[in-house]
Amino acid sequence: MPETIKVGIADLNVCRPPDMITTIGLGSCVGIAIRDKIAKVGGLVHVMLPNSQEVKSNGNPAKFADTGIPELVKRLEKMGAVKSRMVAKIAGGATMFSFQSKSELMGIGDRNVAATKQALKQLGIPILAEDTGANYGRTVTFDPETGDYEIKAVGKPLKVI
Amino acid sequence: MAEKHDLTIEEMSDKYFDVLKEIGNIGAGNATTALSTMLGTRVDMMVPKVRLMEFKEVGTTLGGEEQLVAGIYLVVNGDIHGSIMFIQKKESARAMVQKLMGMPSEGDDFTEMELSALKEIGNVITGAYLNSLATLTNLTIYPSVPDVCIDMAGAILSVPAIEFGAISDKMLLIQTDFADDVDLSGYFILVPDEESDAKILHALGF
Repeated sequence: MPETIKVGIADLNVCRPPDMITTIGLGSCVGIAIRDKIAKVGGLVHVMLPNSQEVKSNGNPAKFADTGIPELVKRLEKMGAVKSRMVAKIAGGATMFSFQSKSELMGIGDRNVAATKQALKQLGIPILAEDTGANYGRTVTFDPETGDYEIKAVGKPLKVI
Repeated sequence: MAEKHDLTIEEMSDKYFDVLKEIGNIGAGNATTALSTMLGTRVDMMVPKVRLMEFKEVGTTLGGEEQLVAGIYLVVNGDIHGSIMFIQKKESARAMVQKLMGMPSEGDDFTEMELSALKEIGNVITGAYLNSLATLTNLTIYPSVPDVCIDMAGAILSVPAIEFGAISDKMLLIQTDFADDVDLSGYFILVPDEESDAKILHALGF
């Protein structure tokens, strides 16, 4: 029986087909799905904040884009994936409340997306597709078999990137 | 002074917890009175529950991360800085709005008018809470204009979670159950910044 593995907020996990991996209700957080189709393994990390250096409470690497993505890559490598074959898809980084973005130069959602792209670039992992920004939450499911990243949002048609 | 009160929320004493509960209690009492006046009906209130929760648990508290909720969020300035959110299930928010406007709403989405009414309700409820905090601590607190968002619980709760995320892996929820014939319960989430935590503790004599 194929399973769908759930990843919580500030959490990560990996899986092999036919299992799939999901995270529910991404708001300003970003869900980064990475896959190596040769090794047939995929993973997902749900990061909350851009940078682990900016905050004191940084014991959990999956909480931050700058540490969560390298941690996910490590976990995938342990399952036989090779970094040079890895590709990524990203979703989330919304601005849920309009004044969120006014208080800072750039809203936390946008900063999470920027930090995610930066971290992936440093690792040399290309981004094949993204569904980021806007003002609504997303539930995402990643299929490591096909690389399909399915995005559900309230009152919007199902989207696959 | 900041060093003296440099507590993480995990280390907060039971006393501080009790104080927050008491503030929640008085705030909810004020909010109940205000709501009752606004809605023109009798509104009952349960004793609020204060809970420190892991981010992972928070979504399930409201009936799952995909539960549709209405979040009313505003920023607080003055002697302390932070933000406050009042969150309730979409049906509860709808019930409140219908009571306030005195007519059933059409369709599944909130109209502009209903959203505006919801903001006003949020204003009254969070205002009552902030008032009790200001009175007890003698601190000056100015709330901003509220903003409202209706979406999945996980997505809305990620906003205060991110703010808490900078200092902790847990967040503080104050559950307030209002009821008349329908369930109007909701949660307050108060996120003071680190410096403000110290100020609140100090003002309360800790």
